[in-house]
Amino acid sequence: MKYHQVLVIGGGLAGMRAAAACNRRNIKVGLLSKIHPVRSHSTSAQGGINASLQNHVRGKHDSAMRHAFDTIKGSDYLADQDAVVRFTEDAPKRIYEMENWGCPFSRTPEGKIAQRPFGGAGYPRTCYAADKTGMYLIQTLWEQICKFTSASMREEMVIYDEWIALKLVIDKKKIVGVVAWNLKDGELEVFRADAVIMATGGIGRIYAGTSNALTNTGMGMALAYWAGVPLKDMEFVQFHPTTLKGNNCLMTEGCRGEGGYLINDKGERFLANYPDSAVAMEVAPRDIVSRNIEREIKAGRGINGEDYVYLDLRHLGAEKIMTRLPGIRDIAMNFVNVDPIKEPIPIQPGHHYTMGGIDTGKNAATEVDGLYAAGECGCVSVHGANRLGGNSLLETIVMGAAAGESAVKFIEDGGKTGDVSKQLDKAKKEVEDKIKKMFDSKGNEDPADIRDEMQKTMKEKVGIFRNEKDLKEGHKKIQELRERYKKIRIMNKSSLKFNQDLMWNMELEGDLDIAETIAAGALNRKESRGSQFREDYTKRDDKKWLHHTTYKFTPKGAKLGKKKVTLGYFEPKARAY
Amino acid sequence: MRKKVTFKVFRFDPDVDKKPYFKRYKFEVEKGMTVLDGLFHIQRKMDGSLAFRSSCREGVCGSCAMHIGGKYRLACETQITGLGRTVTIRPLGHMPIIKDLIVDMKPFWDKYAQIRPYLIPGDPDPIDRERVQTEDQRKKIDGLIDCILCGACTASCSVSATNPEYLGPASLLKTNRFLQDSRDNAAEERLRLAANENGAFRCHTIFSCQYVCPKDLNPQASIAEIQELALKRSLGKDIAKQ
Repeated sequence: MKYHQVLVIGGGLAGMRAAAACNRRNIKVGLLSKIHPVRSHSTSAQGGINASLQNHVRGKHDSAMRHAFDTIKGSDYLADQDAVVRFTEDAPKRIYEMENWGCPFSRTPEGKIAQRPFGGAGYPRTCYAADKTGMYLIQTLWEQICKFTSASMREEMVIYDEWIALKLVIDKKKIVGVVAWNLKDGELEVFRADAVIMATGGIGRIYAGTSNALTNTGMGMALAYWAGVPLKDMEFVQFHPTTLKGNNCLMTEGCRGEGGYLINDKGERFLANYPDSAVAMEVAPRDIVSRNIEREIKAGRGINGEDYVYLDLRHLGAEKIMTRLPGIRDIAMNFVNVDPIKEPIPIQPGHHYTMGGIDTGKNAATEVDGLYAAGECGCVSVHGANRLGGNSLLETIVMGAAAGESAVKFIEDGGKTGDVSKQLDKAKKEVEDKIKKMFDSKGNEDPADIRDEMQKTMKEKVGIFRNEKDLKEGHKKIQELRERYKKIRIMNKSSLKFNQDLMWNMELEGDLDIAETIAAGALNRKESRGSQFREDYTKRDDKKWLHHTTYKFTPKGAKLGKKKVTLGYFEPKARAY
Repeated sequence: MRKKVTFKVFRFDPDVDKKPYFKRYKFEVEKGMTVLDGLFHIQRKMDGSLAFRSSCREGVCGSCAMHIGGKYRLACETQITGLGRTVTIRPLGHMPIIKDLIVDMKPFWDKYAQIRPYLIPGDPDPIDRERVQTEDQRKKIDGLIDCILCGACTASCSVSATNPEYLGPASLLKTNRFLQDSRDNAAEERLRLAANENGAFRCHTIFSCQYVCPKDLNPQASIAEIQELALKRSLGKDIAKQ
């Protein structure tokens, strides 16, 4: 049995920032990640990270409160306003911290952190490092982690890379430990911990056509959900307007922030034809732009009548593209053989982000003592029904730090886990039995087929445009897949060492259960708000629906509940750009 | 257009197998399919025992560097079409095999940790503001900050292959990333760590690192810059950054 005062699950930006916060307060921390931390999906974030630094010539009047207003309006008033204000007030110090630690931000002529315009923002406040902001941030944090671990003589911080968590162990409403699988040697191990921080990221791979990494499965959120921790606002799923046609790699919002155009088959900047994007055009928020692109495609005005439109950067010129969007150019050239300097990029909306997640308060605490969640896997909520671009990277470091500090405080206030070896051994035995059952199964369902059908169902029935008929069909289909999952066949029964066949298919159970929550929540919410667009209920309805949805796990499916939205700063108003 | 391709894949589990072997998998590929897509096809439909690393599938996370059709590349960025009818796939070289295409990158990360791979500014962090860096100063680290730590350069380097103490191209590139950063103030220490017989001066200028780098970076140029700085310092010249 291993012991850490704090165990962080997930090695992306939120997880590493949380671990750093613990380390700074001399709390012994373990960082457990199913891939090496620098391989995390945070690295794929491109466009930037928001803070009201006032570095841009047009940003001199920006402030944390204006950032909060834009975030709340962007959320279609479903964000908790006290949490948002804390979030935007913390933003500058967290970003300066990353700069001070070495993050190579692009610079203004005065040598300050450069900022660019982004969707839904009143001022240019998205701090950027070319179009690889996520990669530079993750390397910077990894560098700091290396600094801590190499300076450490007493194993204050231990990295467990290529370990996957399989079960959270909760005893009397308190987290006491985790069962995890060391992929490298194939052993199951139990961790005792005083506090646990979930930082497992998004769940994009339950959708077909996602910008997310292959590693973004439903397993992370499902660990908390299975352990009885409620999820929140799962129906709100963000579709990014510009993902590359075909493999749906992200083409940053920075492309439009820098002045790129969206063009239909007739060569028009069609966003002008829709009232909700006619003024802001390409820098309207993501939910609105994605819907209007889909409408163009459905009206037959996609390029050659197909399911994509063009993102045209050519007028920006070679120098701007090479200095501010070099990564975009690389991806376009590698995957569709298009050089954005010479040709427009074929793009289509694709699944991108989960506003929902593990229900936490503004200090990242869940309802279970000692259990915290930060980053995309958590739901504070600062994004409400629609997240603004540049706020997710910010959430990782603000909430990562908050989760770390909350865990430290919890421990300093006496939140210790005593002898729980019985509970942990029992949990380990349950996991072993589950794996044995999967190996012994005589079923003949092919899990790859189940995964494909789930992804297709979520895209087609629980996608950008939703209605009762589709959602009912989608939900029913996911429930059928959950039944079929019980009879899956595992191909590789040799050992647990890097048994990726078993790993992916254990994660598939999490995928399916999380998919079920999204379909159930979308069906339940009979209004249109932010990313949730119902063709049968096209208006926002604050009287009935200005509340969060909560989800409790039951074997049959999610049990839905309500939770109040915290207002107090800005009254809900109609939302147009 | 569909055609059949054979993947000839390196297989080895040191706990079970007496020695490594190649296994052939023949399957239909479509235009646009990458080597990583092919490996997933094998793992999910043909042989669940195959092991390989992957994550972002867009060439930024550095997980899937391997030896494909005679060259180290990222599996996710490499189209199958154009590689011929048989594609030979091997793991990164000179590192212990854990299973199949998964190597133990500990030697790589140990070298990385040795060079103190973090900003050493020499003064306390200003906390409530950034350290000022001009656009020109920032330009100096373009191409040095873009390493995705995939290990392709180290695997291709014949010096790394024969001298386990050699820091290797990725760590030396990283060293130069800090040497050239106007905010870093530890040139003496960095040169002590990197400009020695197991660092920049061990390089044989074979240029394989530059040849294979999937991000088109040039570790070789960084090694030369470290050598130059070390030389200047030994001649008593000021090596402070402009």
